[in-house]
Amino acid sequence: MGALREYKVRVIRTGFAQGTALKSDEPISFFGCVDPETGVVVEKDHPLEGESIKDRILVFPEGKGSTVGSYSLYRMKKNNTAPRAIINRLCEPIVAVGAIISDIPCVDGIDISKINSGDKIIIREGVVFVNEDE
Amino acid sequence: MHLTKKEKDLLQGSEGKGIQRAMEILSALGEIYAAEKLIPVESVQVSGVSFKNLGDAGLEFLKDWAETGVKARVKAFLNPAGMDLRDWRRLGFPEEFAVKQLRIIDNLKRMDLELTCTCTPYLAGNKPRLGEHIAWSESSAVSYANSVLGARTNRESGISALSSALTGLTPEYGFHLDMNRKADYVVDVSSSLKSASDYSALGYMVGKRVGGGIPYFRGLSNPSADELKSLGAAMAASGSVAMYHVENVTPEANPDSIKKDAPVLEINDLAKGYSELNSKTRVIDLVSIGCPHASMEELQEIASLLEGERVNTTLWITTSRYVKQKAEDSGLLDRIQGSGAVVVSDTCMVVAPVEDLGFKSMATNSGKMAFYVPSHCGLKVRFGSLRQCINSALTGRWEP
Repeated sequence: MGALREYKVRVIRTGFAQGTALKSDEPISFFGCVDPETGVVVEKDHPLEGESIKDRILVFPEGKGSTVGSYSLYRMKKNNTAPRAIINRLCEPIVAVGAIISDIPCVDGIDISKINSGDKIIIREGVVFVNEDE
Repeated sequence: MHLTKKEKDLLQGSEGKGIQRAMEILSALGEIYAAEKLIPVESVQVSGVSFKNLGDAGLEFLKDWAETGVKARVKAFLNPAGMDLRDWRRLGFPEEFAVKQLRIIDNLKRMDLELTCTCTPYLAGNKPRLGEHIAWSESSAVSYANSVLGARTNRESGISALSSALTGLTPEYGFHLDMNRKADYVVDVSSSLKSASDYSALGYMVGKRVGGGIPYFRGLSNPSADELKSLGAAMAASGSVAMYHVENVTPEANPDSIKKDAPVLEINDLAKGYSELNSKTRVIDLVSIGCPHASMEELQEIASLLEGERVNTTLWITTSRYVKQKAEDSGLLDRIQGSGAVVVSDTCMVVAPVEDLGFKSMATNSGKMAFYVPSHCGLKVRFGSLRQCINSALTGRWEP
């Protein structure tokens, strides 16, 4: 077991989630950047290119791109290809609205450099618990 | 953000899932933008109507929301759709696209939105008053409402505007507050501007310079409503300008509305704007006028330019259904269409699948259209005055 750390966060979309982190240091657009049928990141030269965001706790600084991204996230949720939860440094409206309409727990206000891909994460009532991957 | 007892109840689902979702969206946005409260809006304009932009994901979402039975609580207009909703077949829009587009419209109708699909609601029976709070989303309409009418709106997304339509509320931040309506830049214009396309070129150049800031124009003499419409549309395309002031013209322009130390930009030549918006194409197979949607005054000008002429290439003039009806009643429509030109309503060439209609090149007098069409539709564009555009419709060629 690694160290268990906890961080107080701002809740954008409430809900409990547990899973494995997948982290990008670059912003993400759910429209164009991710294939909604598979959940695989398809944007060329994106740090997560080729990775699937399905059922992961997706950690990234902020959203970018078209406002249609909110709908794309909704589509992924219906296709069962959506992330289990979203952790942002600073959530912007496209991701916030997408998370709300898709019932995906979403929080922000955390230094995402404290989280790495592979870490085990629990999100509960305004707190993010991080258990480091070894 | 502070919520009233009633708003909290809605957020808990007291009146059903549909309105609960709208409240969730508005309260999250209020939190993100640090709004203190929600305020009532007089009207709403919802973007994200074209199937070209929404795709199947958007259609599915709207269908699910409409199925909750939720209805609009304030006057809510729509942005242009991807086609003329009545005349699409004759104009050659693909059946497959049309079916999806009509499904989107049906779902919006089920939520009691008004099927006025236009980027100029203020020319189509909804002209907000000075100081009125509204929640509009089409960028040129937002700019016109804030700047020329002195109404107050942020640049809403399709979903946040729809949430405002269903609740009658919006979070109070940004352009709803006095302190955020002051100019960040002063723009001194010394060239003399003669047409809507000159104002478009100016808007394109200034939008690129100021990004999301608020410019305060000096040196513009008596611009018409249509020229201001073109100026704002171009600035909202090349930048994300949601508000501007014009000295001695717009209602909130006064020396106190300029921030201290606002940088001064000087524009003494529009040639750069014109050249950046023009490709080198000589052949024109579509001439598009009416971005933003044409007013009655513009239709009159077009009718006189077309008097006794016959077009030799496709000339589409886009406008709202409201203005088209007025033009029909006054006989103007027949005068224009007698030349072979077509007045198209409910849509706009930026959100229509023009690339699927077989067009390769376009002439337009709109800086906004000239800015978006190459990337959104892959057409080669010529940008110039209305007279030049009408000439190219008569000859099928662009004469500089």
